[in-house]
Amino acid sequence: MTGKDKCVWRGKSSLITVPRIVVLVKDIPDLNEVKIDTSTRSPMVESAKRRLNDLDKRALEAAIRMKETAGMEVVTVSMGDEKTKTCLLEALAMGADAAYIVSDPALKWVDAHATSLVLAAAIRKAGAFDVIVSGELSLDGMGSQVGPRVAELLGIPQVTYAKELKIEVGKYIAVRDLEDVDEVVEAEPPFLATVVREINEPRIPSLMNIMKAKKKPITEWNAEALGLKADEIIAFVRVVVSDVKAPEVSRKRVMIKAEKIEEAVAKLVFMLESEGALE
Amino acid sequence: MHIKTLIYSENTELALQLLGKAIQLSGAGVSAIAVDGDQASILVSSGAVKTYLVKDHSFDALRAGILDVVAKESPELVMFGSTKRGRELAPRVAAALKAGYSGDCFEAEQVDGGFAVKRLAYGGSTIASMMIKGKPTIISVPQRSFQKPETQGKQGEIIELVTSTPLSKVKVLESRTKKTTDLGLENAKIIVSAGRGFKKKEDLKLLEELATELGAKMGCSRPVSADLGWMDQWVGISGKKVAPRLYVACGISGTIQHAAGIRDSQLIVSVNSDESAGIHQLSDYSIVGDIYTVLPALTKALKERLK
Repeated sequence: MTGKDKCVWRGKSSLITVPRIVVLVKDIPDLNEVKIDTSTRSPMVESAKRRLNDLDKRALEAAIRMKETAGMEVVTVSMGDEKTKTCLLEALAMGADAAYIVSDPALKWVDAHATSLVLAAAIRKAGAFDVIVSGELSLDGMGSQVGPRVAELLGIPQVTYAKELKIEVGKYIAVRDLEDVDEVVEAEPPFLATVVREINEPRIPSLMNIMKAKKKPITEWNAEALGLKADEIIAFVRVVVSDVKAPEVSRKRVMIKAEKIEEAVAKLVFMLESEGALE
Repeated sequence: MHIKTLIYSENTELALQLLGKAIQLSGAGVSAIAVDGDQASILVSSGAVKTYLVKDHSFDALRAGILDVVAKESPELVMFGSTKRGRELAPRVAAALKAGYSGDCFEAEQVDGGFAVKRLAYGGSTIASMMIKGKPTIISVPQRSFQKPETQGKQGEIIELVTSTPLSKVKVLESRTKKTTDLGLENAKIIVSAGRGFKKKEDLKLLEELATELGAKMGCSRPVSADLGWMDQWVGISGKKVAPRLYVACGISGTIQHAAGIRDSQLIVSVNSDESAGIHQLSDYSIVGDIYTVLPALTKALKERLK
């Protein structure tokens, strides 16, 4: 499972090989739709629409821009279910050439460790690549770990926090957004990059590209197809979420009804003054 | 509890906070990894029994050094500081060790069968409680989560670690010092913020007038910036997190996205005509009313107050 030894990075079977960029994309609940259940303080995520994680979309946008300048192939790799597939249509409409998804009911609750093992196996099965790109973080779990873990499992270097990623005269150049400095690096493929929000604004696909996306291939695998046993993967789970709750909000919640606006406003100004909020 | 702990952060202040927590968790037996001699002596005198010194600060050397020390010390818990460096090293080390990892934990306790930790989830709107099992358990910890050890002047061992790593395939071409970033909203004392209650861009002048009267900076909710493009930066999970003395939300409904961004405000005031809008639950004072009439009235009242 280390993958360091028998990975063939570039396709050798065909005569012409186009370098490939793999983008790891994930669907998450739309946080603008997630409401907190006031009695349990739990986020109601099941009812929210699922969308591609914003940073993964930016990773995809960066990959598509490299494809546009240097003629690469862009594929996405995900783990998920039917809802994920709907989100993948957006990735294909943006410009990905093909999508791979690992879908297995047994893997629904696995942690980042097990997820990374599955994704690394899927990336290997999908074929040779130059670069893997993913978002630095997904906003649901906020784990920030699948990218570096996959890089370690595949035995390739990582270029984290990229706010620029491009090909210049055949070389991969990235600008990393670090604490005190911006670090410009040249990375030799294969490598994995994670991107931050500043990297780009993802495109909105045209109607024509949305139609075309429906004809692009989505390859689906289960754990077995990757040579993995679901129960073994589940045995790799190390982190279990016991509970997710909104912190208790201790606000005064004084509601002033504005039947007479001047009165309501005067009341508010008085409150603000007595709180020392105005100066 | 008799467990061994290993700590690492290139930021000495944060490393000391990790050390404080590690001493509390393990009683004794804390090892540390330091990046220079000064840091090593500080950690030793503050209570680290063994401090390994890694002089090569490249990612690969640190990764190899940490794995080497884990093999030598076999700790139950490895704590990284949640700096950018720490957050890129920790998951990679975790993968190499087939270990469980949870990032940005602001609480960590040893319990039966592992460690119980707390961290933010869903963009910071909620707190997730998690159990990590397996040896070692790896976590990263943000600034100011734990107290530094009180004691100083302790004795310990400093061991220089020689790591040999192959030449990195990632070549640093240039390091550019960052220009000071715009600290406008994050440091503002008072913020007035616009939401979808504003029907057109021109109407933002109502907000502007209020801002002038209050001496406030202006912000907005995500849709006003990201969807409508009326303002550059928004307040929220994916935007700016703010902590002013006074936050005035005008025509903002109060999604999770926005709530997480304003949570650290001292006083929250909202104006929204919808009595059932979530923003009222997040506010200290709210006026149920139309921003188009309430904001001018509020501006006027504030103006008169100053006379």
